This record gives sequence, structure tokens and C-alpha cells, in this order.
Amino acid sequence: MSTTIPLTITVDGEPRDLDVDPRTTLLDALRDRLGVTSTKKGCDHGQCGACTVLLDGRRVLACLTLAVAKDGADVVTANGLATDGELHPVTEAFLANDAYQCGYCTPGQICSAVGAIDEARQGMPSAVTSDLTGEVTLDRTEIAERMSGNLCRCAAYVNIVSAVEEASRA
Amino acid sequence: MTTMDARSMGTSVRRIEGPDKVTGTATYAGDSVADGTLVLHPVQAGVARGEITAIDTAAAQALPGVVAVLTHRDAPTLGDTGDPEHRVLQGTTIHHRGQYVAAVLAEHAEVAAEAARLVVVTVDENPSTTGFDPDAQAYTPSALANGQPPDSGVGDPDAALAAAPVVVRASYATPMEHHNPMEPHTTTATWVDGRIEVFEATQGVESSRQTLATLFDAEVVVHASHVGGGFGSKGLHAGTVLAVLAARTVPGRPVRFALGRRQMFETVGYRPATVQHMALGASRDGRLEVVTHDVVGATARYKEFVEPAGGSTRSMYAAPHRRTSHRAVPLDLDGPTYMRGPGEAPGSFGLECAMDELAVALDLDPIDLRVRNEPEVHPENGLPFSSRGLVECLHAGAERFGWSSWDRTPRRRLVDGWWHGVGVGCGTFPTLRFPGSAAEITFTGGRYVVAIGAADIGQGARTVLTQIAADALGVDVGSITVEIGSTQVPVGSIAGGSAGTASWGSTVVEAADRFRDKYGENPDDGDHADAATPDNPWAGEYAMAAYCAQFAEVAVHADTGEIRVPRLLGMFGVGRILNPTLGRSQLQGGMVWGLSMALHEESVVDPRFGEVINHDFAGYHVASNADVRVVEAEWIDEDDPYINPMGAKGIGEIGIVGVSAAIANAAYHATGVRVRSLPITCDDFLTSGLL
Repeated sequence: MSTTIPLTITVDGEPRDLDVDPRTTLLDALRDRLGVTSTKKGCDHGQCGACTVLLDGRRVLACLTLAVAKDGADVVTANGLATDGELHPVTEAFLANDAYQCGYCTPGQICSAVGAIDEARQGMPSAVTSDLTGEVTLDRTEIAERMSGNLCRCAAYVNIVSAVEEASRA
Repeated sequence: MTTMDARSMGTSVRRIEGPDKVTGTATYAGDSVADGTLVLHPVQAGVARGEITAIDTAAAQALPGVVAVLTHRDAPTLGDTGDPEHRVLQGTTIHHRGQYVAAVLAEHAEVAAEAARLVVVTVDENPSTTGFDPDAQAYTPSALANGQPPDSGVGDPDAALAAAPVVVRASYATPMEHHNPMEPHTTTATWVDGRIEVFEATQGVESSRQTLATLFDAEVVVHASHVGGGFGSKGLHAGTVLAVLAARTVPGRPVRFALGRRQMFETVGYRPATVQHMALGASRDGRLEVVTHDVVGATARYKEFVEPAGGSTRSMYAAPHRRTSHRAVPLDLDGPTYMRGPGEAPGSFGLECAMDELAVALDLDPIDLRVRNEPEVHPENGLPFSSRGLVECLHAGAERFGWSSWDRTPRRRLVDGWWHGVGVGCGTFPTLRFPGSAAEITFTGGRYVVAIGAADIGQGARTVLTQIAADALGVDVGSITVEIGSTQVPVGSIAGGSAGTASWGSTVVEAADRFRDKYGENPDDGDHADAATPDNPWAGEYAMAAYCAQFAEVAVHADTGEIRVPRLLGMFGVGRILNPTLGRSQLQGGMVWGLSMALHEESVVDPRFGEVINHDFAGYHVASNADVRVVEAEWIDEDDPYINPMGAKGIGEIGIVGVSAAIANAAYHATGVRVRSLPITCDDFLTSGLL
């Protein structure tokens, strides 16, 4: 039997202890070991974005992250974004703009949007930013670019951009 | 004959399951978290054709954490569903690369994957053909995938082509494509006391139940509360059978098989490649004398599926002489299947590009050409149309799009190094109603519980059925609870054929009518009524279909040939839109599928090995957010009292139809380069000599 390694990660505000095979991804640790299924597996290859979570505040792909390397980390899923029973503004904007259909990529989209808005506020440029040193304005082109790591086969893209635009102004 | 009154229908009620979806608490087939769930990892054939001569499972079985290894040696004989794909582990013959030849059950995913790699399968390989050659030996299928005859004809098309003053002949190619719903096909199955309970990613719980019951001769319960997209690929495939076979070996323990993305390129179907030979003959004033659409398409040798690509040509335009034909080239691949707009999506590329070429040959606006050839009745069967909004869609769409502001001459608008142009493509999709659903309405605790085994795959069935039930019962949507997505409620037909809402909705309305007849407006607790899907008395009296006109603006980079689509507008004639927000989302989604089909999607088979080599999202590009700019979906007012009580035509598929042609036609208008093969890529322009 392969060795397992103990670690503690905080998931949606709750510290969770687990023993994992060193090959276990953060995604499989969340879903299969901790029963946290808000985070979805769409490709397991870092190509679709469905497993996006906020890890220590930044958006990452849980399927490309080894759980064993994240002892002590703080993980937030789409189910952990609400505060005091109030939906996160991005979550509310997805509802208001019908920015989803089947809903499978949605938790990842929402985590990604939260991360993208934060990155823009920090002034991080994207491939379509013309002024690399100035403030970033999240217009539709910027949003589409920054959200392109999250595939949506229902193709709710137009509404996703509207939702992120609305939330980024909140 | 009138459609029913609408109060909630036609309003944008939010998705009922929205809060669950945006928090990730909606449960899909892989989201049950029962303790002790075992993980299945398959062993797949590495050749396209052959016979298994030996399987060595010793090393896999010796790995700690492995619970079982399944092979054909110990699999039970399954019942016969008539579908070769369901004969999992039933013998030694390999029909396609990627076919399941064994499976490992283990405590954890990492162990299952490692053990699967340790299974040694020895195979006598046989010669195979996996590359599609449209000039290869083809056969005439007995029927197309939609049950229609392979050939149709009126008059003498060959003589009419010889005599026509203006003739366009051209061949168009569409590639193999894979659906790629975001949720991989997933089964969580448990056997308890001879009963199988399955959480399944399926477009139809009842059809899945029937298939599994036939295969395993057991009581079967299927649940699918939420399904992460289907697009035609979520019928019952071999992976589900494999998971249930595995569950049978560990009674009481749940077994989960969630396909990897790469397995979705070899075991759950695809849209087969086509080559479409078109010929249009017209008078000089643009009246079609003849239309022929001769299709050669790929199918699988072990499982026939013939894409009905010429189907919509049978009804689109008037012409006294006409022919459609379909021939099939068998390949040693897994079976093709229905993919969004099966037939219509690739077929409209051929017909609508050819119409554009004819408009150029006639020096006629392509909208005028289509209007001049609008049929008064169905041009093959002579039935009147229940409603037909094509011409109105063309006019309304052209107006909204600003069509008339563009000079029709190609290569006229160069902006910042990009050639811009516009194009139009049209489409149709049948308006169907599937029989066989049943709905039950029970008044309990002050609410009406409406139960029907429908599937919500993202189209919004839960929400729209709530609206239909509310209007049929004459109450507010807040008084309705809809229960769907399980075989533990009355049977529902599949979410497919753009017929889900029509089929389930008609059944719910029938049940509601009976409920109101029996109990009036003040029922007592426990009152209930049920109904089966009523037949449509107008079926066979009218031709019933949705129509659309798609407009595209395209930009092609003058140096690199890069092609972008800054703007799409779809104008739809689809009867009553039951929920404008959800309807618009679905239509826009379909249009983006058309964009993706036009510019991105192509599954490339390596003919040496029979494998799709670009078998993941890195190699098989589906439209991403940045590929999509302005996409507008609008509709005309259309009252159709003949199709169903709601007056609603299905909208799941019409959104994709005609889009790829509109984009190709716009690319021609932008650059003067006519591309007749999808997807359209930089090299099409770079090799043209025109850039």
C-alpha cells in the first residue's frame, strides 16, 4: 500500500484533516475524500476550468494541484463565498444574468470571476490590456479574455461577461 | 383551434434550481458521497480491430486497494437491446480503439488507474479502416438516423440541371466532431438485493432504465436530478453498462465510473464526417428549377448511424425537380450519434453555402434569392405549414442587422488590417412531440406537485414545466412544485430532438385539464389526476418546424488569415417563447455552437491506429469566452395553434442551424475566398493566393 500523508486544509472556513496518497490532486481530495462536490471535474487536465477554487485567495485549478503540497492552505469553493447568509455579489450576478445553463462549469466560473476581478483591482494586465502599467478597466473584452480559462459548453459566455461586468462594478 | 392563455408563460422566471447551481450544491451523477464508494477505471482496446487472445490481470489484482478486476471471462451474459454498443465484455472481438476490454475496481482513483495500466491484454490485430474517404465504397443505408428514408426525389433533377440557365455545383465537407458536455459521462451504481440504483448523467432516465432492465433482467431505478449538458451524447453508452457490471460484483457498495475527458473521444459518440455534393439550377430571375443534395457520410461498421444531412433540403426551398440521397462509408470506429442539430447543422452548411454561391452567380442579394424560393406548401409531401417564419425572419433579421448598409461586392471593407464582410444562412428544425410520457398532479399541503420523469440538461425543463403547469392549472408559479429527473416519478420521454418541452408540456397540460375538470379551483388535500401524452390531432395534417435566419459579420486578417466573428444575429420563428431569458440563453448557446463548428471543431483520426489524436480540450478547441463577441438571439411573433397547447416549438437545436454557412458566406464576402470545408482556418485564406 502506498504511503499516505496527513495534512490539514481549511475548506470554506472549516479546518479539515485528511490522509492522502501523494498522487491525490486537490480536486480528488475535495470531492472524494472530503465530500466537497461544489468543485467539479471536467477534464482533470487543467484545460477546462470547472475545478477552479480560490486557494489562499487566488484562483487555481484544483486538478493541477497536488493536495499534499497544500498542507495548511485555505480553500474556498463557490459554496463558501457567501458571507452572513448573503450570496457573494458575483454569485448573485450569475443568477440575475442567467449566466449558466446546465450549471456544471458554474462553480468554477464563479470562483474564477472572483479571482479575475481581484486581479484586475490589483492592476494585473491581461493579453488584451493596452496599458500594462495603468489601472485595469474590466470592459467586456477584458472580461472575456480573463474568463477564457473556463469553458462553458452551453456557451453562456455572453451572459457570463454581463454577470462579471455587473459584479465588478458592485 | 387556439393556443392556451399565458400568464407565466412568456415571462422570464428565473431558473428554479439556480441557487443550487451557483453554489455547486446541485447534485450531478458523480456528486453522491456515500461512504465506501468504489472507483472504476477501464482498460481499453489499443487497436481498432482484433481478437483478444489473453488477458493477464495478476499484477493488477495484486495491487493493494484493488477490489476486483473484470474481464469478458467472468462477465454474465447480458440481455439483448439490439444495440451492439451495449454488449460490454461479451466476447473477445474488438470493434474500435478505446472499446472497454476490462475494468478495475479499487478503493481510490489513483490505485484504480495504476492497476488498469497493469492489466496486460494480448490481441491478434486485424486490418482496419478508420480514416474517412468519401470516394471509398459506400452503401445505401435502410434508413437515416432520424428514421427517414435515405433518398427522396421529385421530377427529373438531372434533366433539369442540364436545362437550367444558371447552375451551381459544389461539394462541401464537414468533419467529425465531439459533443464534449462539461460534465463527463458518469454513473454511480449500486446493486442491492437484485435491484440496481443508478445515478446517471443521462438525457432520459426512463430510456436508461429500460436499457439496463433489459441488459440485466433486474429492477432498475435511475436518478438524474441535474445533468451537466448532453447535446445528444448522453444516451446510454458502454461505460454505464461497465459500471453496472462492476457494481454487480460488489453488492451493496456504490461503484462510480466518471469518464475521463479523453475517454469521451472514443466511447460516447460523435457527429460523423460528411461530404455533400450540391447542385442548384435556377432561372435567370432566381427561381430554383432544381435542387440536389447528395451526401456521403461516415458510419461505424459495428453500429450504423447515418447523419441525415440532406434532410432539411427536403423542405427548405421550392423547386419542381429535387433529389436528396445519403450513402454511408463504414469505419472501424465507435458509433456516431446524435449531436446538436443532427443532419440540420452539417446539412445547412452545404445547402446554405450553395444558395450563397447561386446568389453570387445570379448577382442577386442572397436574401432576395431565398425569398423568391419560399414554398407555399412542403415541397416534397405537399402538406401546408402549420406556420413558417423563414421570410419574416430574413426581413426582420436583415433590418436589425443593418444588412442593407453593406455593399454586396466582396473584398470592399478593409478596417485596421482586417477584411470585414457579412453573410446569411438559414435553417429549419422539425417540431416534434414524442409519445410515452405520463404526468401526475397531486394537491398536497396547499401546493400542486407535478411529477414527470423529464430531464433538465441545462435547457431549463424544471423552470418551464413549472410555468406551463401554473398556466394550465390557472395558479401562480409559487404554488407549483415540479418533480423530474427520476424513474420514481411517472415516465418521461428523453430530452432530445428539441422535443422535450413539447412532449412533457403537452402531457402536463393534459393532466392539468383533467385535474381542473375533476376538482375545479379549490381542490382538497390529496386530490390527484394523471395523464399520458396526448396525440396531436394535427400530426399528418400540417408540416411543423422551426425556422431561422442567421446573420454573421466576419473579420479576416489581411496578413495572417486569422478569422474572427465580431457579431452574430439569429432571428427565429419558433412559436411562443415560454421564458424569454432562458430561451435567449439556449438560442445564443446554439449559435455559439455554430460559431465553434465554423471555426474550431474537428476531431482528427489517425488512420494508422483509429484514434482521435486531438482528444482533449488542448487539441479539440471548443469556443471559449474570448472567441465569442456580440451574439444576439431574437424572434418574430408567431402564433402556431397546431403544434401543441403551449404553441411552443423546440429551440434546443435551431440555434446552431445555418450559423456555419452564415460565417462561411461572410468570409467569402469579406475576402472573396470561398471556403467549402469546415472548420475554416487561417490556411484557407493563406493558400488562396488572395490575401
